[in-house]
Amino acid sequence: MWQVRIGRTRVDAPVRDNQTWAVERDGASFDWAIVGVDAIKLDREGSRVDAREDPVSPSYGFPERLWRGIEENRPPGLDPRSWRSPLRGPWLTSVFGLVLLVTLPLVAFTGLLSYVAYGTQARPEDVGWLHLPLFDWPTDPSWLYRLNQGLHVTLGLVLVPVVLAKLWSVVPRLFAWPPARSVAQVLERLSLLMLVGGILFEIVTGVLNMQYDYIFGFSFYTAHYYGAWVFIAGFVAHVILKMPRMIESLRSRSFREVLRTRLADTRPEPRDADADGLVAVEPAPATVSRRGALALVGGGSLMVFALTAGQTIGGFTRPFAVLLPRGRDNGDGPNDFPINRTADAAGIDADVVGTDWRLTLSGGAGEVTFDRASLLDLPQHTAVLPIACVEGWSTTQTWTGVRLRDLAELAGVDAPEGADVTSLEQSGAFNESALNAGQVTDGDALLALRVNDTDLSLDHGFPARIIVPAMPGVLNTKWVSAISFRSA
Amino acid sequence: MASTRTPLQRLYGAGPLHLLVVFASLALVAYTVSVLGFGELWDPDVWWQSIAVWFLGAVLLHDLILFPLYALADRLLGASLRRRPAPDHSIGVPIVNHVRVPVLAVGLLLLLFFPGIIEQGGSSYVNATGQTQEPFLGRWILLSTAIFSVSAAAYGIRSMRTRRGSRT
Repeated sequence: MWQVRIGRTRVDAPVRDNQTWAVERDGASFDWAIVGVDAIKLDREGSRVDAREDPVSPSYGFPERLWRGIEENRPPGLDPRSWRSPLRGPWLTSVFGLVLLVTLPLVAFTGLLSYVAYGTQARPEDVGWLHLPLFDWPTDPSWLYRLNQGLHVTLGLVLVPVVLAKLWSVVPRLFAWPPARSVAQVLERLSLLMLVGGILFEIVTGVLNMQYDYIFGFSFYTAHYYGAWVFIAGFVAHVILKMPRMIESLRSRSFREVLRTRLADTRPEPRDADADGLVAVEPAPATVSRRGALALVGGGSLMVFALTAGQTIGGFTRPFAVLLPRGRDNGDGPNDFPINRTADAAGIDADVVGTDWRLTLSGGAGEVTFDRASLLDLPQHTAVLPIACVEGWSTTQTWTGVRLRDLAELAGVDAPEGADVTSLEQSGAFNESALNAGQVTDGDALLALRVNDTDLSLDHGFPARIIVPAMPGVLNTKWVSAISFRSA
Repeated sequence: MASTRTPLQRLYGAGPLHLLVVFASLALVAYTVSVLGFGELWDPDVWWQSIAVWFLGAVLLHDLILFPLYALADRLLGASLRRRPAPDHSIGVPIVNHVRVPVLAVGLLLLLFFPGIIEQGGSSYVNATGQTQEPFLGRWILLSTAIFSVSAAAYGIRSMRTRRGSRT
């Protein structure tokens, strides 16, 4: 048993038989060498572990007395020996880190793309420089937005187990003492708060939003969008600062070797390569192999995928999304597919869509109005198109109606630059939508009157709704009352 | 040794790249907050519906509640299994992961899908879908039952195999 000094108190430090490092040899630096975690970082040969750091004294920033004072005043209970898992270590952390490094940018990118897809309807409205280069969202391929949001939401959910595992793997750092030895480390910790806070905030708001649980009270669009930028700020900094260590750690052992190593042969990672203090000082015997832990996390992701993807892929996979709103059975009728807002919630009742309903077209010399019968007398076009929600779910149906470009011509606008669509709905956040030129002139862009060979139901936007290929679902306005075409 | 450090390292504690990266990162955060509007972070009427509270709350909830809870649960699981004397025939098949894995799976499902399971957000759910959240609790329980059953069956099969193996 050893007596070592931590701060001002002496505590027992059990030393293992094979740890032969001697006090006499390090006599001069004895006082600091056994301060806190660093005492532990001496390897079995007795030399200092971390080549990056000063082997004689931990390097403090300015003012040194302040940082040293913090280090010496370790609060009770923060004992590095309390971390027991034999699996924690730079290699395991780096594997999780690598997975997230490859995948999280895709989640962020699809999210930012979705902002562009909303066009002039994007929320939050004015985001300064915080957006991708804006461009007119295309209509081809028709599954573009479906793919974008399917990726964003499904991948986002699938990564939750990986994020939790990554946080588990580095949690000793959170409670490490001292929390910082310099201004640099304080600022890096602050940027880590942005990283961890950002990812958790995005997960929480996203998960709640896709299940229509608005308990958070603030605007989802606003919070999720700005939260993403805070996350990106923390993520990019972390990647740049940790990339060398990640690569080095990944090289420290072969992935194949890990996949071949059974529980009985599972040993902690060597402490001499562990500059961050992730490896347990006194590891408990392994109860799960490293490959088992990886399989556990991967299995969690696979399970989430199996229970989520159906809402995007649809067809026979839809019922597998048993815990999600859009895995539900809507019935077998032609109008029995998911909706995003009921007529009831939109305040639409039968009177306003009865025989008195008129569609008003404008943008040309004057206004033109149609009743539903005269719209049905116009040339009809049928298109099989997906409608995809920002929440990730989508459904593909066969829509029939009048081409928007035909309506533009009837309104007296030959080369429409876009259109503004108004709904009968008075209150909703998306009771209007703005279409770009391509979204008006695409041959499959319709004012749909029918779906699957029958009239639209009231919930699906009877008497008429917009359906445009690849446009974010909520912009496909239902219960349309007016379309104003913009001309050049 | 200290003499090998540059003035920046002595003052700041790291090299120039670190300084640049960290400052750029925090500057982007500051810009993001300024575009959002600093006041937007805080809801003076309902404090717990503030963006700042949810941002920091998410971290605190994970770091100081969720992590300690599952770590403690795992320690207790380990301790309770160690205390139990192992019957001869079960040598070689530790039960610990047959408890851990299903608990984690069921917990993950609850974590991701609790709004439906506890029927939170009922009216906005009905407005959006025209349906209720009624089936989700039952489905989660069924799924959980299936997951625990599979784990128990796997344990049973492994134990039997080991017993047979040790007899021969």
